[in-house]
Amino acid sequence: MLELWYNAVDFLLPFEWTKYDFMKNALLAVLLLTPLFGLLGTMVVSNKMAFFSDSIGHGAFTGIAIGALFGGLQPLAGAILFSVVFAVVITVIKNKSKASTDTIIGVFSSTAVALGLILLSSGGFNKYSSYLVGDLLSIAPMELLLLFISFISVIALWLLIFNKVFLVSINQSLAASRGINTLLVDILFTIAIAVVVTITIQWVGLLIINSLIVLPAAASRNVTRNVRQYHAVSVIISMFSGISGLIASYYLNAATGATIVLIAAVIFFTLFFIRRRFA
Amino acid sequence: MTESRYHTKCEGKCCGFCCTRIEKLGVSKGSVEILENVNIHIHCGELTAIIGPNGGGKSTLLKALLGEVPHSGQLKYLDSNGSRTGQPVIGYVPQHLSFDTGTPASVSDLFVASLSKSPAWLLKPRSVRKRAIEGLRKVKAEHLLDRRLGALSGGELQRVLLALALDPVPNLLLLDEPVSGIDQGGLELFYNTVAELRRNYDLSIILVSHDFDLVSHYADRVILLNRTVIASGTPQEVFGNENTMMTFGITSLFTGASQSNNGKCDADHQCSIADGCFDSDKEDSDNA
Repeated sequence: MLELWYNAVDFLLPFEWTKYDFMKNALLAVLLLTPLFGLLGTMVVSNKMAFFSDSIGHGAFTGIAIGALFGGLQPLAGAILFSVVFAVVITVIKNKSKASTDTIIGVFSSTAVALGLILLSSGGFNKYSSYLVGDLLSIAPMELLLLFISFISVIALWLLIFNKVFLVSINQSLAASRGINTLLVDILFTIAIAVVVTITIQWVGLLIINSLIVLPAAASRNVTRNVRQYHAVSVIISMFSGISGLIASYYLNAATGATIVLIAAVIFFTLFFIRRRFA
Repeated sequence: MTESRYHTKCEGKCCGFCCTRIEKLGVSKGSVEILENVNIHIHCGELTAIIGPNGGGKSTLLKALLGEVPHSGQLKYLDSNGSRTGQPVIGYVPQHLSFDTGTPASVSDLFVASLSKSPAWLLKPRSVRKRAIEGLRKVKAEHLLDRRLGALSGGELQRVLLALALDPVPNLLLLDEPVSGIDQGGLELFYNTVAELRRNYDLSIILVSHDFDLVSHYADRVILLNRTVIASGTPQEVFGNENTMMTFGITSLFTGASQSNNGKCDADHQCSIADGCFDSDKEDSDNA
């Protein structure tokens, strides 16, 4: 399967940066990941969940620490399990409690990071500090398979539950009056974010992962008027900054994740300043 | 006596025999009982207005009916054959749709997301679009289909939400009246539409209201709610009962609302309390 991809890249993109297998792997990963960030980001931004998705990244970090410590298990499997539980717990408490969402997320997020840091530092911190910054060029073929599965599942989930997520984002009571189980929809949505963020964190890093979710959608909002445009522009920005960031980082010899985020940020500010023409 | 009045009043398609019963409904948060033993019986074709002091549990009642807050007691719906159909289909028009006005979402997005299974970000089936236009036409808002939600005025948004709440046609329509942000013309258009609807569909309407003039104009029955049902009856009966009104300090609110309408409705209201010409007032506004 992967050979097919390698040959296709060699044939279609015979450039210097595609010579290496790790770059071909990274390119495939970018093509699979960035559309997901573009799609999920729209509702993260519309629901004002930027801080929430950030804290899921923190939960994933702790999950990796736990996965690494209790060995046997792949760190990633442990991480996904933990961050899904973490995301569900925050969502349920957010729905049931009267305390402000900000406070609850703040509490959970810092607890998770503290726990993660303690666990990792006791097991020799340096080995895992890569999770803070991440390395997109370290992707292994097996992980690409995992990415492909997540790609299919998230797209399928988004086809199934988007309408409900959208109505909940407009108004919770309105959604409830149309027979939508708002808590369940919230939970499914956050699980999708948790899984995508956790898988990606080792390549992009805890510090900037949230920007990948928030920036394309936030940029898209400036120039779009309906849901379809919002998604289309968000996905295009996400994919464009992903691919161009990967290429630029190769020639600049810079961290790939950070380059991608910087390009997305430039797009955001550009669209922000011309937004009035689309109002 | 009164029951038969409600039944015969229905014209058009409304049968007037189906009904919604709220039985022994109670809501408590912690040790505080917000609502207890609320019993309300509504026939279709009837508009029941709920009034009451702030903190009296009006919004909580709506939330309980919507299933958003846990409650004791029951909400039952019986259709015209008397065969129990259990939970009524509920349509809801929120008081104030608090959403991010910068959201890139159009009116048609709202309809597609509500009425169809095809994801609004990918497909917008033509059939749903047609259905949305038909729904919007009922509330004279078909020109708003492709407008951005955040760009609608308060009155326009309210009508769009009403159209949405009416598809599919609910058994019970819950209206939480907006406190502010809607011009008088928009408000009248809204209520005239509601008045028209309830004569043409098997539809019971509960209106939580703060505007006593509108209540006396459009409501068939008024319920004074403060933790439980304090008074219930025709607008004349409830508004005429000065003791009840005084108890909850509503008189001041009432006068305030009247004054805001240049005294025009004040006269109407006086007359409705005095000699029961309330019904003819209502007919006038219906025909308008």
